[in-house]
Amino acid sequence: MTQRERIPVQQVPAATGTALYARREPIQVRHVTGLYQRLRDIGMGGSLGLYFLLPWVQYDGRQAVLFDLPQRRFDIFGLSFWPQDFLFLAWALMLAAFALFFFTVLAGRVYCGYVCPQTTWTRLFSAIERWSEGDRHQRQKLAAAPWSLNKLWRRAAKHSGWLAVAVATGLTFVGYFTPVRELVPAFFAGHVGGWALFWIGFFTIATYGNAGFMREQVCLYMCPYARFQSVMFDADTLIVSYDAGRGEPRRRGVRKDNGTTSAGDCIDCNLCVQVCPTGIDIRDGLQYACITCAACIDACDDVMQRVSRPTGLIRYTTGHALAGARQTLLRPRLIGYGIVLVVLSVLFVWQLVDRVPLQLDVLRDRHQLYRVTSDGFVENSYRLEVLNKSQTPQRYRLTLEGPDVLTMIAAPIEFAMPGGTHRALPVTVRFDPYQDPPASHSIWFRVQSLDDPTLEVRHESRFITPQ
Amino acid sequence: MSTFWSLYVIAIVVFNLVGCAVLLLANSRLSAEEARRDTTGHVFDGIEERNQPLPRWWLFLFVGTLLFSAAYLVLYPGLGNFAGTLSWTSEGQWQQEVDLATSESEPLFREYAKVPMEELIRYPEALAVGGRLFANHCAICHGSDARGARGYPNLTDNDWLYGGSPVAIKESIAKGRRGTMPPMMALIGNTDRDVRDMAIYVQSLSNPAMRDNTGYADAISRARPKFAMCAACHGNDATGNPLFGAPNLTDRIWLHSPRLADIETLIREGRNSHMPAHDHILSPEQIHVLASYVYSLSQPASPEE
Repeated sequence: MTQRERIPVQQVPAATGTALYARREPIQVRHVTGLYQRLRDIGMGGSLGLYFLLPWVQYDGRQAVLFDLPQRRFDIFGLSFWPQDFLFLAWALMLAAFALFFFTVLAGRVYCGYVCPQTTWTRLFSAIERWSEGDRHQRQKLAAAPWSLNKLWRRAAKHSGWLAVAVATGLTFVGYFTPVRELVPAFFAGHVGGWALFWIGFFTIATYGNAGFMREQVCLYMCPYARFQSVMFDADTLIVSYDAGRGEPRRRGVRKDNGTTSAGDCIDCNLCVQVCPTGIDIRDGLQYACITCAACIDACDDVMQRVSRPTGLIRYTTGHALAGARQTLLRPRLIGYGIVLVVLSVLFVWQLVDRVPLQLDVLRDRHQLYRVTSDGFVENSYRLEVLNKSQTPQRYRLTLEGPDVLTMIAAPIEFAMPGGTHRALPVTVRFDPYQDPPASHSIWFRVQSLDDPTLEVRHESRFITPQ
Repeated sequence: MSTFWSLYVIAIVVFNLVGCAVLLLANSRLSAEEARRDTTGHVFDGIEERNQPLPRWWLFLFVGTLLFSAAYLVLYPGLGNFAGTLSWTSEGQWQQEVDLATSESEPLFREYAKVPMEELIRYPEALAVGGRLFANHCAICHGSDARGARGYPNLTDNDWLYGGSPVAIKESIAKGRRGTMPPMMALIGNTDRDVRDMAIYVQSLSNPAMRDNTGYADAISRARPKFAMCAACHGNDATGNPLFGAPNLTDRIWLHSPRLADIETLIREGRNSHMPAHDHILSPEQIHVLASYVYSLSQPASPEE
């Protein structure tokens, strides 16, 4: 056995110095199949399917999910959200953030590897690339080859495929904001409005560029999650890791000596590097660039089977498991994130269920606290802003709750409002000073739907009398 | 901005832009010495910063932002007094948006303007538009419920200083009104007693019970002949004159106050009331819709659901 020696390499610097910026080294990823790649296909198929099909779903005769920005109204399956419901967006974002924290502590970057849009579209684009140009070595050859008819049509096929997916992505994205059933025919008939066209173009170019060219550069240099996920990792977090204890020292070739040599299980075939979409060598240990896509696991398991070694040289494991220490699934941090996640989810659902699609705001008249009429009444005036946030027309009744000496005048006591409309009601409340010693009171305006008595809102205000 | 300050700002902006470019390009290479060590030469707490090169497209992004800034400063204001080749101003942009909104609402107002006010009050949408105009332009004085305040007429009753016909309401909104009650003290005798007598008399005009009160009889009989001075505007029968906006003194509706002391002050000092003109703020079509809303307020069968 001759020990392979590494020849020490001396980098010879150029006389003028070296650039602080380096050209991107193109990565030609080798295709790999296996258990985890099947799981990824399922995850990606689900998210892609959801993305492309959701705008086409109809609910109650209208697009089920429509973010109508000009109308300032978000329709999501029969629920309409208004700018006043902005809190729900905050809730949803908090939920998403805590879910990310929770799952990162628990299972590392499962999001990156299995459902992240960057991963998903890149994988879709890679599949198109593979169909048109072949797998890794064919692509490398093609890239090195001079331009020929073969290269031209393969490249053309690849880019047309990419562009088709990119246009579909852009079109679908805009379809969430403007009715997709009108948008798509209008797009192909060539009469889409300027802004819609701009955004379709924007997302087409962004998809084409990100999934076709930027790829791992987004994960390495642009994604903030790559940078802060390390603070959520601990020794019990699930990571993709190379079992150095079993693999080292690596040596090429099939082991025929039944474990009598000092060589480890790693046969240094480099397949784990060739299949890595971010171009790292997992054998160097845990790195921020690893998106836990498990391509290296599938590749290595395949090789291990072929050389009749147990699989799992590269596997999903934890720092503690690798070190042979005791693993603890339940850690204070995980439990903390879990509790926050559960509490937030319950609150979110409760808020959603408890939500009344009706809003009342009361504005006191700005320039006078009260007025005394020529016949001795004390009056306060208010402006009531009523918002029918439901999608159906409603008839409402307006009532005043407060001391009996107060009466409401100059207001339509019953009124109708079409779905999704807003109405301002000038209201006067008067007080007969002969009936009671003057004093200021809290009062409540109450608006209740006549069609659905559960739709009811109350708003407090104040009735002010001269002192 | 004076020329000095303009040049000062230009100098700062250009210096910063050029400074950024120099900083970026001067620092984009390691020296031969640093390259040999393969470090940037930065040492923090004994830890040396190695050269982990950024992708080159990142450098292009930096250069792109510099080019963007330069182009921006040519097109838009930013260099002192230089207005930019697009002559963009925030006021111009605001005017553009106003013009856009006007051009969108104009056809609607033009349609409404064709309908006589007596009929327009049966259009709920038109009244809603008028109500919004009212909230923006009138509610600050007349109240959001249009029921006025002391000194600001109630627009929901049937008492009108200048007449409640559609034409009169329109005129009031468009041209404004200027109500002048001159100080009357000198003309009715110049003593405190004369003023008090007249105030009692005026009060009694709308409160017949006072005439039967013997305590007021003397004052009323003293003041009655002097009311001729007031009749020039308020009329012999004291029912007012919409030509001058002279209020009817025989009803119980008081623009200012029915209190004796307040009436005395009014007689003594007079009063100038001013309703501002709106024809330079609102278009004739808008005034038409707004006037219809105001007109509808005092109509008995206002079309409300």
